[in-house]
Amino acid sequence: MQIAVCVKQVPEITNVRVNPETGTLIREGVASILNPFCEYALDHAVRLKNGDPGIEVVAVSMGPPQAESALLRCLELGADRAVLVSDRQFAGADTWATALTLAAVLRKEVPGYDLVLAGKQAIDGDTAQVGPEIAEILGLPQVMYAVEMSFTPNRKRIRVKREVESGHEVLEARLPALVSASKGDAMRRMPSLADVLAARRKELRKITAADLDLSESELGLAGSYTQVVKVFPPEPKSGGRKLEGLDPAQAAHEIAAFLRAERYV
Amino acid sequence: MLKIIHNVCNLCGLCQKSCPFGAISAGAEKITVDERCTLCGACVSVCPQSALSIERRQASPEELARSVGVFVWAECEAKEGRLVPRRVVHELLTHGRRLADRLGQPLLAVVLGDGRLAGLERLCHQGADRVICCRHELLGRYSTDGFTTALSAVVAKEKPSVLLFGATPNGRDLAPRVAARLRLGLTADCTGLAIDDQGQLVQTRPAFGGNIMASIVTPYTRPQCATVRPNVFSAAEPDTRRPVAIQDFPVNLSKAAIRTRVVEELPAAEFGEKIEEARILVSAGRGCGEPSNLDLVRRLAHRLGGSLAGSRAIVELGWIPHTLQVGQSGTTVGPDLYVAVGISGAVQHIVGMSSSKKIVAINKDPDAPIFKIADIGVVGDAQAILPKLLDQLKSQ
Repeated sequence: MQIAVCVKQVPEITNVRVNPETGTLIREGVASILNPFCEYALDHAVRLKNGDPGIEVVAVSMGPPQAESALLRCLELGADRAVLVSDRQFAGADTWATALTLAAVLRKEVPGYDLVLAGKQAIDGDTAQVGPEIAEILGLPQVMYAVEMSFTPNRKRIRVKREVESGHEVLEARLPALVSASKGDAMRRMPSLADVLAARRKELRKITAADLDLSESELGLAGSYTQVVKVFPPEPKSGGRKLEGLDPAQAAHEIAAFLRAERYV
Repeated sequence: MLKIIHNVCNLCGLCQKSCPFGAISAGAEKITVDERCTLCGACVSVCPQSALSIERRQASPEELARSVGVFVWAECEAKEGRLVPRRVVHELLTHGRRLADRLGQPLLAVVLGDGRLAGLERLCHQGADRVICCRHELLGRYSTDGFTTALSAVVAKEKPSVLLFGATPNGRDLAPRVAARLRLGLTADCTGLAIDDQGQLVQTRPAFGGNIMASIVTPYTRPQCATVRPNVFSAAEPDTRRPVAIQDFPVNLSKAAIRTRVVEELPAAEFGEKIEEARILVSAGRGCGEPSNLDLVRRLAHRLGGSLAGSRAIVELGWIPHTLQVGQSGTTVGPDLYVAVGISGAVQHIVGMSSSKKIVAINKDPDAPIFKIADIGVVGDAQAILPKLLDQLKSQ
């Protein structure tokens, strides 16, 4: 069996700062990491592989050349091989163009996939759209927000425990299928030295748009249905009173007075 | 036009079964398509031979102008044995009404469900000119395949200019499927929607975890699709004098076309009210120290008649279930009162609760960003303050 895991390299956004004058992101000094939800997806794939060493786990990413480091981490964490598709023509791709490109990569590089995994969303864009769009393009059923998964004994279905608004539910989907991972029991692990060394012997293949069965008009900005027309800083929120140096009783008194004045008690 | 590559087709008949309009018939030698075809794409995505395709050109301004109407997917939830539209639908219809008026076009609500659907007149009272209703036994509970097929069928036939979804878990599951099937642009989690001078939908959304805002347009495809998180727009009071118009929209669905099935439901133990709809929330963060201190927070929530919620940090620590998580990767809330206890207020948390009417914050760190938006912020130790606060509130 083959499991493809679609991953994205993202900026560590908790550290992102915005230039107040230009409203643009200050990218200097911002580290790039493997999107945490993609890492959970990879962890699910590795757990499935632990139950069946015959499974091949392939990590796939679309991104700039430096996204190689995110794929290297996937190899360290247990992926068998990785594919990076990188091309200047991909610039400006919206979720549709990204999904179309990744679907083409999967068809070409992992044609025997039984399961496609993705993170539930990337922490920079937060759209949660690329996974379902890949599933629709490839004609796969999908299950979102997975926290646990296993194959059914006959290997025809994947059984997924997933987050829903009222708690959890267990769903089965026919294979091949796409499953997106939430946090759940999956872990972000530190690879061991042996893992790091093993990763260097694994294949990290780099391909470009020319390797894909897509026309130029389907790539990047040209192939995108949405376009960003303006970027601006969010309106600063103004706070009210900040009280410092009170003892706990005084602080409690101030809060109680506020709640009373606003008629919450 | 639906293109059929006859020498690739093996006459398996899946396309015939998948067509919501019964427009495809599989004969002994080849399949044929009649005029009922709306190019909704259901058959293309099921064909195992990839023998079907739809050629879609990018539309000219004249063609774009032929797409008319603001449509809202009216997601329903089960309540006391009935399926009724959920609150975010009323919020979307209220704002959708403004967009429709600006365009001079009608506002429609699309409902998918089974015989338990009820309370649909409320959609018209909330601003819709008309309700399109698909009733089918297979639409009684949400499935990606069933809902994608039904909604794509409605959209392909009715050709709206704008299509809005609530960014609920199911809305975020459905919207990208429908958009991909119909080859449409889609913008997630919009916090602003407006119509520009050319009649285009301008979609504003936070990016990079809320550090920056982006305005996005969808120049070539119709409908222009967007999802909006609950509590971003507020719902107007329903106007019961508005006329009610509900139109049935028949769809064919087969059980075999739904490729997922629910095996088991596991409701969370600590699940009262949906935090999305709570009027008062008391929310805990890592600054609470340890899980046993959550008891104080819970007691404050009960005293105020509200619910417990929390930050991503304590969900990841396993203190509370994900159903109670506020923020960008959890739920967007907009209560009347939000009490943040030991929450520093990372930008991802703030975007999930900043539409709260009043915000109270308790945090040890005087530089915590939560103080920038709190109506009243107290710098101090929640463990020491909460017991005193509970005493004070008791003695009233």
